[in-house]
Amino acid sequence: MLLVIIFTIFAAITIISAGMVAFSQNIVYSAFSLLFTFFGIAGLYVLLAADFLAATQLLIYVGGILVLLLFGVMLTHKIQEVNLSNESMRLAPAAIVVLAFLGLLSIAIYRTQWPTVPVPELTPTTARIGTLFMTDYLLPFEIASLVLLTALVGAVFIARGRVKK
Amino acid sequence: MPYILCFTVNRFMSPIPLSYYLVVSTLIFFIGMLGVLTRRNVLIILMSIELMLNAANINFIVFSYYLNSLRGQIFVFFVMTVAAAEAAVGLAVIVYLFRNKNTVNDDEFSLMRW
Repeated sequence: MLLVIIFTIFAAITIISAGMVAFSQNIVYSAFSLLFTFFGIAGLYVLLAADFLAATQLLIYVGGILVLLLFGVMLTHKIQEVNLSNESMRLAPAAIVVLAFLGLLSIAIYRTQWPTVPVPELTPTTARIGTLFMTDYLLPFEIASLVLLTALVGAVFIARGRVKK
Repeated sequence: MPYILCFTVNRFMSPIPLSYYLVVSTLIFFIGMLGVLTRRNVLIILMSIELMLNAANINFIVFSYYLNSLRGQIFVFFVMTVAAAEAAVGLAVIVYLFRNKNTVNDDEFSLMRW
């Protein structure tokens, strides 16, 4: 019962702030709501016994991606401008599409008998994740590092602007 | 510290049904989808894409927990890698576009439309 209450709190934080991200008229509010969304999702990870991933979620998303997005907000809006708002458009067709898919998925979730195994005694996941990365998933791991390197070089190259000769 | 939290949570309480988590992740995914479809600010679209990626991550971890396999968590790491790369490159593109067009409204970016 207590667990359901904790889960409800985290889920409510996540969903409400996700709605603020998508529908807030002020882009700075959107960026800061994204912070609470990431925190709520990290809480859900903790409830699901993914300890290392909860920490990673906070480090990468809150410490990396969110700061990057805030940089983007600050760089692309003139801060002295009072009006930071942006209007929503095309709401009706988008709402129809989204509601149709949402209904479909809700029926699927409700009707399916999800296969589960009994949850075992909890052990730390970090060492086992590391073993998996170094054995079964070694090639994807190396390719992921290559993807990151390429993305970094590409991002610097695109954003640095024209070099004066 | 996260491990102690996980341990106390899972040692003394019975787990809650799988479908609850699926409902939460579905809602987050469709909020993100609605954001992508309706908003015209490129930065908001980027944030909504992050929301959808996070919803997929929740699903991966839910099934990894209830099927007692760590492989779902491995995939979450790859999704996070791609999300970080996507945010870096996306921000660079947005800064470049802003420098050239002086706006972040995606209706203005119609150079490649014929």
